[in-house]
Amino acid sequence: MSDTAIKPEERLNGKRESVFLHELREFWFYFSESRLAVVGLVFIGLVVVMALFAPWIAPHDPSEQYRQFAEIPPFWSEGGSASFPLGTDYAGRDMLSRIIYGSRLSLIAGCIVVIVSLIAGIALGLVAGYFRGIVETAIMRVMDTILSVPALLMALVLVAILGPGLENAMIAIAVTYMPYFVRLTRASAISEAAKDYVVASKVAGAGTLRLMFIAILPNCMAPLIVQATMSFSNAILDVAALGFLGMGAQPPRPEWGTLIAENRDLILSAPWTVTFPGLAILLTVLAINLMGDGMRDALDPKMKRS
Amino acid sequence: MFGFLLHRLSVLVPIFIGVTLVAFSFIRVLPGDPVETLAGERGLSPERHAELLTHLGLDKPVWEQYLIYVGNILQGDFGRSFITNKPVLTEFLELFPATVELAFCAMVFAIVVGLPAGLVAATRRGTIFDQTLMGISLTGYSMPIFWWGLLLIIFFSNTLGWTPVSGRISFLYDVPRVTGFLLIDSLLGDEKGAFLSALRHLILPSVVLGTIPLAIIARQTRSAMLEVLGEDYIRTAKAKGLSPTRIIGVHALRNAMITVVTVIGLQGGALLGGAILTETIFSWPGIGKWMIFSVSSRDYFVVQSGLLLIALCIMTVNLLIDLLYGVINPRILHQR
Repeated sequence: MSDTAIKPEERLNGKRESVFLHELREFWFYFSESRLAVVGLVFIGLVVVMALFAPWIAPHDPSEQYRQFAEIPPFWSEGGSASFPLGTDYAGRDMLSRIIYGSRLSLIAGCIVVIVSLIAGIALGLVAGYFRGIVETAIMRVMDTILSVPALLMALVLVAILGPGLENAMIAIAVTYMPYFVRLTRASAISEAAKDYVVASKVAGAGTLRLMFIAILPNCMAPLIVQATMSFSNAILDVAALGFLGMGAQPPRPEWGTLIAENRDLILSAPWTVTFPGLAILLTVLAINLMGDGMRDALDPKMKRS
Repeated sequence: MFGFLLHRLSVLVPIFIGVTLVAFSFIRVLPGDPVETLAGERGLSPERHAELLTHLGLDKPVWEQYLIYVGNILQGDFGRSFITNKPVLTEFLELFPATVELAFCAMVFAIVVGLPAGLVAATRRGTIFDQTLMGISLTGYSMPIFWWGLLLIIFFSNTLGWTPVSGRISFLYDVPRVTGFLLIDSLLGDEKGAFLSALRHLILPSVVLGTIPLAIIARQTRSAMLEVLGEDYIRTAKAKGLSPTRIIGVHALRNAMITVVTVIGLQGGALLGGAILTETIFSWPGIGKWMIFSVSSRDYFVVQSGLLLIALCIMTVNLLIDLLYGVINPRILHQR
């Protein structure tokens, strides 16, 4: 008997894994019901592949200046050339290659903003929701203050302190997104902390950190995931906006917003240098938002039953 | 109502203190020597440095500096710009109407288009029409507006020549300043084409600034309507045999408006953020362009006080929205 008996932990682990797989399958079932969400996911997948394999996909070096080929239009219009499919900018740099390399900057910037604000937001939100009292008041008032100024303006002011540049722009934007994660985490932490399973866990002798991160946090995740997806698309937009204002990535880095800013004077003579980077931003952000909509519907139990 | 107002005001006090702390710390955390930063001079002699230190009050303890700062603000002294040497408050008040005018027109555009679009989409849920509208609105929501503005300039100003590229009004007109709102001032003046010129200058910036609020309003109106249409009292209204127009227009819309008004109110802050981009693209002489110019030219008093003034405006708008919300939904007045 003792040979065949499964240890309790193993049984628990096995069960936990199957529950996770089951949840994942259920999530996919509801997510894939929305065709647009799947389209968004596929598109984002393509952008990620493009960013990962940029050196192999891009036809040219993004900073190589082919001076004799400056301001060449895209290949389908008159005077265009197949070797510069989306045309070239004022210095003869290949727009397609710059946009492909730019996807690296935009995606990484978006990811870092979300990860930083998510981690900081979860930590502060859990502390506020678990300890309550003066700690909670202090944290929440700071968050209210951040929210009382438009995000872009707050980011601008922070960049004025830190100095312009992509990295500083990411920090600044992460700070402006943090309050949303703090509020969400705190709200769900408060409602979860009152539930029986948390009390039971506390009675069983679980420590504070274990209660906060292992008992409470996993049950607050659904709204956080949706918010993180939405923040990801907003982060890409805001990083591009700061780049456009000259406060984010600095030329010659091919960040999408910076590309639009450096070619802004050419909007009449060489409009493609402005239209394609913008289109890249729009499509990427749109795809993420489509995905986010699908995720929200799949994770929201109220929507499932209707 | 009065208790409700007091309650809302009491929430604003800590935020006001928070914002003043942020603005106060801003100059003190800038890299470099605060005296040189505040004086806008480099390479000061030690005597001049000491003189300025006392003059600017930087030799006092930090908490005292903060109290003096807040005291000045409460008396309406927001410091002076390094560049123009004008009081920041004067500059702010000069430029503020331009931004309000722009934001107001953007909001009108967003509501006039977004609200009906959301209503129609909700009443035809699941049809191609609904899906198309929501697709367009999600695209609007995902729009990098600085790019959108440039596209509209290429198309409407350059290709079609319908609208001007930048500014608030044609140089041909010299409208005397009365309210600061050109649409009003130009009507008060005697020049014939001034109003039309001001209006034409407003169209593209308003559309650009209004795009994201429009998308949000359309989506929220739709989902609020869908929720309300599933309520029991709508079924009762249907059972009574009321016409669909009456059910949607009277019973559903009023209740859906509660959500929608909140959403519209929340756009106030977002509009000012968007104004930074819109005003930059269209060279619109408002608060947003002023702030970005001050940041890039290191006019720190303007950045500091501009931040504070903008936050105060948004707090006021939010307070007004809360009160309006109380009027639309009297239930909220009795909750705390």
